[in-house]
Amino acid sequence: MNNLIKGTLGFGIMAACLAAVGMLQSWTLAFTIINMCLISAVMALGVNIQWGYAGLFNVGIVGFTALGGLAAMLVSTPPVVGAWQAGGVSMLFALIALLVVIFGIVFIRRIIPVGRLRSLATVLSVIGGFFLIRYFYAPAVDAIESFDPARTGFLGGLGAPILFSWIVGAFFAAGAAWMIGKISLGLRSDYLAIATLGISEIIIAMLKNEDWLSRGVKNVSGLPRPVPYEINLQSTPWFIDRVTAFYANSLPTDELARTEALQQKLIEASSLFVKLCYTGLFLAVLLLVLWFAYRAQKAPWGRMMRAIRDNEDAANAMGKDVTRRHLQVFVVGSAVVGIAGAMMTTLEGQLTPGTYNPLRYTFLIWAMVIIGGSGNNIGSVLGAFIVWFGWVEAEPLGQWVIDYGTAWMGDDNGLRSHMLANASHMRLIIMGVVLLLVMRFSPRGLLPETNRQ
Amino acid sequence: MSTDTINALVLFANFILVPGITYGSQLALGALGITLVYAVLRFSNFAHGDTMAFGCMFTILTTWWLQSMGVSLGPLPTALLALPVGIAMTAVLVIVFDKLVYKHYREQKSAPVVFVIASVGVMFVTNGLVRFIIGPNDQQFSDGMRFLVRARDFKKATGLDEGLTIKLTQGLTVVIAIVAMLLLFYFLQRTRTGKAMRAYSDNEDLALLSGIDPKKVVITTWLIVAALTTLAGVLYGLDKSFKPFTYFQLLLPMFAAAIVGGVGKPLGAILGGFIVAFSEILLTYAYKKLIGYIAGERPETLVQLLSTDYKFAVSFMILVVVLLWRPTGILRGKTI
Repeated sequence: MNNLIKGTLGFGIMAACLAAVGMLQSWTLAFTIINMCLISAVMALGVNIQWGYAGLFNVGIVGFTALGGLAAMLVSTPPVVGAWQAGGVSMLFALIALLVVIFGIVFIRRIIPVGRLRSLATVLSVIGGFFLIRYFYAPAVDAIESFDPARTGFLGGLGAPILFSWIVGAFFAAGAAWMIGKISLGLRSDYLAIATLGISEIIIAMLKNEDWLSRGVKNVSGLPRPVPYEINLQSTPWFIDRVTAFYANSLPTDELARTEALQQKLIEASSLFVKLCYTGLFLAVLLLVLWFAYRAQKAPWGRMMRAIRDNEDAANAMGKDVTRRHLQVFVVGSAVVGIAGAMMTTLEGQLTPGTYNPLRYTFLIWAMVIIGGSGNNIGSVLGAFIVWFGWVEAEPLGQWVIDYGTAWMGDDNGLRSHMLANASHMRLIIMGVVLLLVMRFSPRGLLPETNRQ
Repeated sequence: MSTDTINALVLFANFILVPGITYGSQLALGALGITLVYAVLRFSNFAHGDTMAFGCMFTILTTWWLQSMGVSLGPLPTALLALPVGIAMTAVLVIVFDKLVYKHYREQKSAPVVFVIASVGVMFVTNGLVRFIIGPNDQQFSDGMRFLVRARDFKKATGLDEGLTIKLTQGLTVVIAIVAMLLLFYFLQRTRTGKAMRAYSDNEDLALLSGIDPKKVVITTWLIVAALTTLAGVLYGLDKSFKPFTYFQLLLPMFAAAIVGGVGKPLGAILGGFIVAFSEILLTYAYKKLIGYIAGERPETLVQLLSTDYKFAVSFMILVVVLLWRPTGILRGKTI
């Protein structure tokens, strides 16, 4: 079977499944799943650019996602004027101090020749710099965090439209990726994996603990939306007209019952409409990224990346700077993940640092890329749909299977209640097993890479 | 020496030295496992933290069962009695995973990164198993005598302001870690199988030519790794507490320890374990009281360099410094 048939079949089955969810459960749920599938697909594309194009293994996807989320919050929330007045200036000084220290160290390392003296000077300036930054930073944090901590206690953001954050998120993630890549690329291949694991844990720890920046585990909710609010839609005349027209035949004729039923339909329709708006936005981003990824893969650049991936030594001998290309593709891929992270926070309308769970994000996305077909962009998108759908629907299914399978034990059986309580962890096992099986028996995934010349 | 100086020393021992040595031993045992897998099987095992949790989990379950049977070791924790069961279960787990997962890639001579991804899959499954069987919450399983040295008794005996506490589990950790390391080095240096393992790690082709059975080497490695990880996991759990997510998070300090010392070098893993442990504690300790004893007056702030929430950042910083400065590690391990 070639990829076209398989792909069409795969997406056809996914569409049927989603339609089944829409009809059996609810259309709102179906579109909730679709929206997350689209976001996951963008993330999977980012990872596919790193892994499929260049063979780089990134275990820190959750960190780059979180940076995108931070960008969404920083761009969209209005600035907290009081907090800025309380500690903004000191915080800016701390930032300046940080930059001074970084440039100072780079400068010192430039002018002093390699040797003991240079190492000593570097260590001393790191220690000195640390205390210099802290001198401004600690009081700034105290001042900002004690400003109305119940409602704010952080600097807030720019108050700009949240859609801008999708680009900002890409830059945030790209910056972190550049730093990590600069340190660990060019060394052993698994050092990158370990370094990304580390940086993602640190990013999450920062989001959770730097209350002045992200409000930490107190969360920032109510981020402004790029799409209308349900409550406003329900009183917008054209929307009411549309809904009334759509349900004209099925609404009861009795005046009182009619208004009530219409109200009910309006609530449902408005929530569905909002979801659809998001779907449109996400789809646009996905298609754009897909188009760029496709063009890049077809271009000489893509050929070069494949050459590097398949035989580094040969590519190196042909004059390709392997480490530099790796850094480039790593930064680009992480930026795409950053976009997806910002999109996700936009969809949720809140930044909740406590929910960035490494197991869930990082490994789900990996499963998507590998199951879908490493190196094949459409495959990654298909993988994203299948895996996310499976992940969401596996929970009720697993619960049901265990419930049904252990019913013979009787309701007061300890083992049965234990298994029911822990059923949700079955998903991890299943996802891991599926990942291992696909890697073992079908390493090229559902839609194998075709463009190999 | 003035009393202030002695007080400062006791304070240092109580909050830095004793916890540092304990945590260092636990990390060293964990890093030894990582380094052995790297030396013989040639990949970074991301499933290591969760394998630790798996071994610890079975030890806990056996401990609970023994406790319910009324068995105890007197002053020692019952978990010691349950350890062999934990090690055996872990050995079964890692060997099953080797047969089902890694063996195939070894035969295919896959790139190291493929092994790493496979180990991530294994980690996923192991993690799920642990959460499914024992749940994601904290579990306490230490019993027996709690302290070797109590702060109160120490203060009474010495008349100092500062007390020294040494928990039994801390003492046990150090003793068991030393015994395990000595046994490991004896095994690697003196026995035939140990020598075969080192030869295989040094040069696979040459080792195969001289008639070393690769299957035996691989199995032995996994058995040792199972024992070391379970030990590390149980000692960490006895000392602190058992929580699956914490064990996953231990992966980073353990990797840092293995890389800092020099990947593939057992001695390096031990050195690295102590470097990481002491850096973590030294950087996150609040020096207020200590400075008070030395300088005569206590500073107003806590004088804490980093908040404890960032202790994982310390391992990462060490990792970064080593990668930039000497990517092969202090004892010059392998690189590919």
